Amino acid sequence: MLQEFKKIIREEEDFVIIDAKGIYYRELNELINELILNGSKKFRILNVNGQRFIADGLRGGYYIEIYGTAGDDLGGFANGPTIVIHGDIQDGAGNTMNEGKIIVHGSGTDIIGHSMRGGKIFVKGEVGYRVGIHMKEYKEQIPVIVVGATAGDFLGEYMAGGRIIILGLEKRPEVEDIVGDWIGTGIHGGAIYIRGVITKDKLGYSANIKEIDENDRKIIEKNVREFCSYFGLDADEILKSKFTKIAPISRNPFAAMYSDSRENK
Amino acid sequence: MVWKNFPPDFYVRVDKELCINCMRCIKECSFGVHEYDRKKELWKRHHEKCVGCLRCAAMCPAKAINIEKSRMEYSPHPVWTNKVRKDIKMQAETGGVILTAMGNEVPYLSYFDHLVLDACQVTNPSIDPLREPMELRTFIGRKSERFDLEEDSGASLKTEIAPNLKLETPIMFAHMSYGSISIEAQLSMARAASKIGTFMGTGEGGMHKDLYQYADHIITQVASGRFAVHEEYLKRGAAIEIKIGQGAKPGIGGHLPGKKVTKEISETRMIPEGSDAISPAPHHDIYSIEDLSRLIYALKEATRYKKPVFVKIAAVHNVAPIAVGVIRAGADAVVLDGFRGGTGAAPQVHRDHHGIPLEVAIATVDRRLREEGIRHWGSIIASGGIRCSADVAKAIALGADAIYIGTGALVAMGCTVCKKCYTGKCPWGIATQIPELRKRLNPDEGAKRAANLLEAWSHELKEILGALGLNSIESLRGNRDRLRGVGLNEIDLEILGVKPAGW
Ligand code: SF4
Ligand code: SF4
Repeated sequence: MLQEFKKIIREEEDFVIIDAKGIYYRELNELINELILNGSKKFRILNVNGQRFIADGLRGGYYIEIYGTAGDDLGGFANGPTIVIHGDIQDGAGNTMNEGKIIVHGSGTDIIGHSMRGGKIFVKGEVGYRVGIHMKEYKEQIPVIVVGATAGDFLGEYMAGGRIIILGLEKRPEVEDIVGDWIGTGIHGGAIYIRGVITKDKLGYSANIKEIDENDRKIIEKNVREFCSYFGLDADEILKSKFTKIAPISRNPFAAMYSDSRENK
Repeated sequence: MVWKNFPPDFYVRVDKELCINCMRCIKECSFGVHEYDRKKELWKRHHEKCVGCLRCAAMCPAKAINIEKSRMEYSPHPVWTNKVRKDIKMQAETGGVILTAMGNEVPYLSYFDHLVLDACQVTNPSIDPLREPMELRTFIGRKSERFDLEEDSGASLKTEIAPNLKLETPIMFAHMSYGSISIEAQLSMARAASKIGTFMGTGEGGMHKDLYQYADHIITQVASGRFAVHEEYLKRGAAIEIKIGQGAKPGIGGHLPGKKVTKEISETRMIPEGSDAISPAPHHDIYSIEDLSRLIYALKEATRYKKPVFVKIAAVHNVAPIAVGVIRAGADAVVLDGFRGGTGAAPQVHRDHHGIPLEVAIATVDRRLREEGIRHWGSIIASGGIRCSADVAKAIALGADAIYIGTGALVAMGCTVCKKCYTGKCPWGIATQIPELRKRLNPDEGAKRAANLLEAWSHELKEILGALGLNSIESLRGNRDRLRGVGLNEIDLEILGVKPAGW
């Protein structure tokens, strides 16, 4: 395979550079996999144009730079790689990711970070609907999504853990909506932090507005600083803003829905 | 006024002359039926709590206990049955959805019981499986249309062969999650599967580390809650099954209450202890066949195309076009779960009133895949309410490649179908996480019994094939000419693709 694709691969310092123009996703991913088996650790993939599943199921601390638009499920099931996208991402980036980082200089579409259990996603621009849906957490793994611009409806739906931070930069959160409706519908774990003030009518079933405490502030600060470091933004300025915290009304919002003939609860 | 379970379903009758006051029944009953007042030296039996599991009766050393169906009933009425009245009263009291377990309890027509198998007489000799080899081996997965050889290489194959599962018998253990059943129950099935050369499903609860050594015989599951789904988990199993729907509760999700998420379960599912484990009704990333295809290929990519990917759907009205979509989306097998399929917990209304019979689903899906010329693209695995080897043979003759058994396997390990799995107090140590109850199922014993059942059914399948004059299960697959319908109407017969008896 490596022989076959010799023409589109070259090496520069410790990077392997792949020209993905016109390459089918399956071949591109197979190629990356072969290069990994061959010992390569850092990749720069040029002319990416919607190829799906890049870094899907990848285990280990690989570094992948993508120029162009990454296709669906970028970094799905990933377990450790850092992926930097100079362009946009599409649906399902970070789907069920366990560990790793996805840093996006452009924007994203729907269900980014679906069911992710660990790792971080930073999107400089905006994201679509149902972002962070069913995010989880497990022991010390607490996934984080930070979005620079806005997010669509159903943010953090069914969320069971993790943290989502929406900054709405270049918007004025006092007067403009930076997040769609039905925030945290069915949420039963984790927390969502939104810059500005959010009123209760924007929340979905089982979500509630909670007081921000010292620990929340630390989480916001740490992740906003990391976010800004990737995109050359001024963290201090952003951190001056007020944030609203949205968290579940309880950890077991669906108990008490059932009846049982023999158990007297 | 407490109307819960009044009048009681069962009456616990203990023969005073036989009873030796050993108190064993108190320990055995996980529902707190038997009680002894030491001061007054009096027995009390809480009949209304009895679920009819027969554990106490089976374990009573004096054989003094008899569990009877309660004779006390409301005034008889053919429409307003006792069950209907009791359900209404309970819901009036609690305002809750009625939970239950195991399979559909409404006595809809059983097609299996209206189909009979052919046998050879005079003109076409039957085969004696004791004398001649009988092939039950079955391969599950995509089959190649043709095989091309490399040019000038003698005999090396150019065609890429899709990964298949090799089953020594066309019977597998269905997906029942760790959490809904105990690790002892899962271990029993894992050992039996590896002994017999077949497979078991993990269900959506992940793979407990005690199962790793049997991973070659384990199919992992990816359900909408994505519990435990992790690249290592996906790579560890022999195949991956995407669960879209379940026959016992088509169209709805699942919910393991936080109080059942113990330390070990939380570790296997990779979620915090005590938090609700919610599996939403749909997968959030699947709203179309194209989306399903994306998940199938995401899983294939993550496992470098080494594992077959199955998709399980509940048998519902338009099952044939849905199953065709599933196969066209890239699934290596479609699992059809009929409306008699079991469950550890389901709202009664869904269990009893949604979905269609498995037999019809197999027949229509098999036919449609053939009509479209893509039957070889994927296998059909049938599950939901298969009770004996005859059901297996009939399912295969209708078009299935292999079948899953769930409830049958549990019954082999001791379950008496008391339908209380969702309480987590399974008196036979199967659907429970309580250590004292779990001890009741010894995995060595469980494995032996589960394996015995597969061996017995496999043996019977060989005998059935022999009687049909066939020497391999492959020749029975989709061979509806060897089935006849008894007491079915014309349309039923047409849908099943089966002739009436006498033709
Ligand atoms: S619930 Fe089971 S163990 Fe308890 S009294 Fe009834 S039959 Fe006996
Ligand atoms: S598994 Fe246990 S609780 Fe469930 S039906 Fe069988 S015996 Fe009853």
